[in-house]
Amino acid sequence: MKCTTVILAATVLMLVSPVRAGNDTIVIDGSTTVGPIAKAFAEHYMRQHPEVNITVSESGSGNGAKSLINGACDIADMSRFMKTKEFEAAVAKGITPVAHVVAVDGIAMIVHPANPISGLTVSQVRDIYAGRVTNWKQVGGPDKQIITISRDTNSGTFETFENLVMNKEEVSSGAEHVGSNGAVRARVQSTPAAIGYVGLGFVDRSVKPLRMNNILPDNATIASGRYPIARPLYMFTNGYPAMGSPLHAFVTMHLTREGQEIVESIGFIPVTQYHD
Amino acid sequence: MPRRNLLISRAAGRRKRLMAFAGHAVLLGLTSSSAVTVLFIFYFIIRDALPFFQLRGVTEFFTSTAWYPSAENASFGALSIFVGTGLVTLGAIFVAVPVGVSAAICLSDILPFRVRQLVKPVIEVLAAIPSVAFGFFALVVLAPQLQERGGLILSVAVWLIGVPILGLTVLIAANSITSRLSGWSHRAGRWIIPLVLGGLTFAALSHLSGRVGAIEIVSGANALNVCVILGIMALPTVVSVSEDALQSVGRELREGAYALGATRAETLLRVVLPAGRSGICAAIILGIMRAIGETMVVWMASGNAAQIPHPWFNLLEPVRTLTATIAGEMGEADHVTGSARYHVLFGMALCLLTISYFFNLISEVIVRRSDKGKT
Repeated sequence: MKCTTVILAATVLMLVSPVRAGNDTIVIDGSTTVGPIAKAFAEHYMRQHPEVNITVSESGSGNGAKSLINGACDIADMSRFMKTKEFEAAVAKGITPVAHVVAVDGIAMIVHPANPISGLTVSQVRDIYAGRVTNWKQVGGPDKQIITISRDTNSGTFETFENLVMNKEEVSSGAEHVGSNGAVRARVQSTPAAIGYVGLGFVDRSVKPLRMNNILPDNATIASGRYPIARPLYMFTNGYPAMGSPLHAFVTMHLTREGQEIVESIGFIPVTQYHD
Repeated sequence: MPRRNLLISRAAGRRKRLMAFAGHAVLLGLTSSSAVTVLFIFYFIIRDALPFFQLRGVTEFFTSTAWYPSAENASFGALSIFVGTGLVTLGAIFVAVPVGVSAAICLSDILPFRVRQLVKPVIEVLAAIPSVAFGFFALVVLAPQLQERGGLILSVAVWLIGVPILGLTVLIAANSITSRLSGWSHRAGRWIIPLVLGGLTFAALSHLSGRVGAIEIVSGANALNVCVILGIMALPTVVSVSEDALQSVGRELREGAYALGATRAETLLRVVLPAGRSGICAAIILGIMRAIGETMVVWMASGNAAQIPHPWFNLLEPVRTLTATIAGEMGEADHVTGSARYHVLFGMALCLLTISYFFNLISEVIVRRSDKGKT
């Protein structure tokens, strides 16, 4: 009987709440790389403010920009900065895009712990993935064929790698493609001659991160921009949101302690370091 | 009995007819819903596949090996992916068919009934293991093992495959040679020829296994790994369908053969197998379809490199299959609905669907023909 009452109450609440929350809705669209951050932020925010309804879709950076320009979303997640053309289209429609850098995306090159190589340059990595360098001997390692491990082309990590390392070159067709950061790590930790790339959050003791241009990837080097394979991740809003509004709270969440922890927990690097 | 009780009033009759009609309609709807589902799948896949061929044409897709869907000047050559699918399927068949068919023969004609009751369910349990578990095994256990002890595993495989096949061949060859001889040479040949042939084969096998044992497998996520796992996954299908086929040959034929003085081996090879041939073919085709359609294992363990191995039958190189490409590139892809990159996946799905439709058709034809032969 009690149970029924609870279920009934819950049902009524569920029916009523969207109506009540109708005023406080945040619609988010855009990059698949930034999407997980927005989703985690939304989950966290909605737990504290159940009256605010947040929807997050991931349709790509370009589509996010389009949605913002058309007024179809409040926040556009983007893994790149807005193009001039997109800015002009926005301004023509009376929308002023404002960028908020919510996190930094850093990619670590990883090898098997037994591999004597401890660092490479970005152009060496590019040569390896383009198939010009096929043996560790050519970059100062042992005489072993390099097993290059890449990500499926639909992943955000692949996109970042393609933009920051490959410089418009194709990943060679001989490279192995796997479906997730975890799978890359699993392949590298079991294959002595392998090289792979993962988000910094996926580096653990079972694999060895390489120095890139002589800089080891960690939170400090990535956030400061000294580590070369890193890029900022943006949320774009129309103008700066009114102070104190849910939207304002949302796009400044990355500055809070919880926000930073969320960013770190899903494998990205926070922009600021309040805690240590 | 009053007359009116026997007659159904006009209204009641209409009601009855209506009910009967409604019942038929419901049953027809239920049975046709599965057929309609298939038609809908075909329709929607074709609808989303056609724009790709309109955008990019047909030649590039089927003849080029350049698969760069995310590049600025994207190219969608899927030839290497088709080759990968074919290679993996072929390899799986080489694993599943010899093992599966001999297991079926063993189950239906050789093992005692009680053992069979025990073994068959165990083989069928293989079908119940989720494919992601197979994939995980392939990626985490088999791949590192292949890398660490590749040569050893390969040479053991050479012996396992070589000994039964070559052993049988040697016995048959020796038998047919000695039967041509006569007198003292026949008596001597009965011992010498099998020994000589066996020795030669043994030497050849040791040489081969030595050569193979020296191979170092650089990456365990390759076609061979996937072939073995897919073969194991196709086993339950092959075993149970061909075992059913052999069972359905019936006692009469077997007893007839025994009555004519045939030995057990002769009965099996000359009577039971030919009679169950069509069922075994159907089993093999079902096994092929299982291997072509499998996604998770190939996605996790085949390496997914869109290349044609050099030479083409080199199973130790990574390959990419249609199913894995669809699974890997679909999902939360950072590309626009309506782009060639999106529609190409439907093009692949259409090819897969057509391939399995044709295989299904072939197996149907084979089964039909054998049914006609029986009656």
